[in-house]
Amino acid sequence: MASLRDIKNRITSTKKTSQITKAMQMVSASKLNRAEVNAKAFVPYMGKIQDVVSAIAAGSNDTSHPMMTTRPVKKTAYLVITSDRGLVGGYNSNILRTVTAKIRQRHTSNDEFVILSIGRKGRDFFAKQGMTILESKIALPDHPTFADIKEITHKAVGMFSDGTYDEVYMYYNHYVSAIQQDVTEKKVLPLTDIQPSTSTASYEFDPSAEAILEVLLPQYAESLIFGAVLDGKASEHAASMTAMKSATDNANELINGLTLVYNRARQAAITQEITEIVGGAAALE
Amino acid sequence: MKTIAVNIVTPDGPVYDSEVSMVIGVTATGEMGVLPGHIPTVAPLGIGAVRLKKDNSTELVAVNGGFLEIRPEKVTILAQSAERATDIDLARAQEAAKRAEARLQANKDEVDFKRAELALKRAMNRINVYEGNI
Repeated sequence: MASLRDIKNRITSTKKTSQITKAMQMVSASKLNRAEVNAKAFVPYMGKIQDVVSAIAAGSNDTSHPMMTTRPVKKTAYLVITSDRGLVGGYNSNILRTVTAKIRQRHTSNDEFVILSIGRKGRDFFAKQGMTILESKIALPDHPTFADIKEITHKAVGMFSDGTYDEVYMYYNHYVSAIQQDVTEKKVLPLTDIQPSTSTASYEFDPSAEAILEVLLPQYAESLIFGAVLDGKASEHAASMTAMKSATDNANELINGLTLVYNRARQAAITQEITEIVGGAAALE
Repeated sequence: MKTIAVNIVTPDGPVYDSEVSMVIGVTATGEMGVLPGHIPTVAPLGIGAVRLKKDNSTELVAVNGGFLEIRPEKVTILAQSAERATDIDLARAQEAAKRAEARLQANKDEVDFKRAELALKRAMNRINVYEGNI
């Protein structure tokens, strides 16, 4: 049986760990609040863009744009949004497992697809698998602004336009609640699922609908990606919060168990001491 | 005097939201002035200043690309980034302009050249808006 001092040491160190995880949980909680605010600030922009895109789609049936037409797929791009660090529970492994399964299902060789990675965990994982990583962005701040990811979204959309790949799928954790995040797959390009709206007024286009689409569609596709990054960040903070909460709970449980063992050992030592004293006194009589 | 609501939104949130009497933006086909009651229109914007006239004052907002959506009672500007004159970091803009100029002189690569040119345009736009000389 471990000595009293050993048990005491374990209790102290577990307590310290639980203090750290508790602090990390609270940090994540406040980051989650901010991430939710950021995601909300993005909603009007996305809504407006969607309005205009669908208004154009409704206004003219003959308008087509390379970004809206499906072409034979020679190469697929997978844009995967993960976190930079661990301590986020199943956040990264859920995404990576889903993506790997989809890739195995759709492709037979590594030449048929490329990876675009946002987040260090994803980049490291796919590099280890020997897959081609065309672009990666790491060390994103906790509350990314559009300027932070502009470069990679711009490249992602640009490489679709110049024919490097023919479709883009995006994977991220969709934030449902603080304890639930769902891995989501979204087809970013080509933009085939634009619903023509009936409610919005028809517009005049200056100079032409085609010229507007030229500006609008890349901006729309980039916004989709930015939206997913914001959503992913909120999920990351939520996942981190939940993971740290369960770590704290586990530590507390461990401390309770250890305290019980400690008290028993202490009591046993006292009892033994008394028995020895009594035994010693009896021997003297 | 009739007014029109103006909303400038970026992915990072709304930048401007107010009633003005006239909006002037630089579109792909030239400068475009919008008064209340304009026919619904969509036009792409270049890198430039959007002028918002209100009573006797004019406010400037630096807009980098995006487009202008006009309805009779409302104008929405959707841009990837936009800053009001008071929010512009002048030192940063000047720094960016210097960097872009240096890159323009050093680089002969076409892609980089174009990017540097755009960066310079954005920086100059910010500086102009900050100083109010449009």
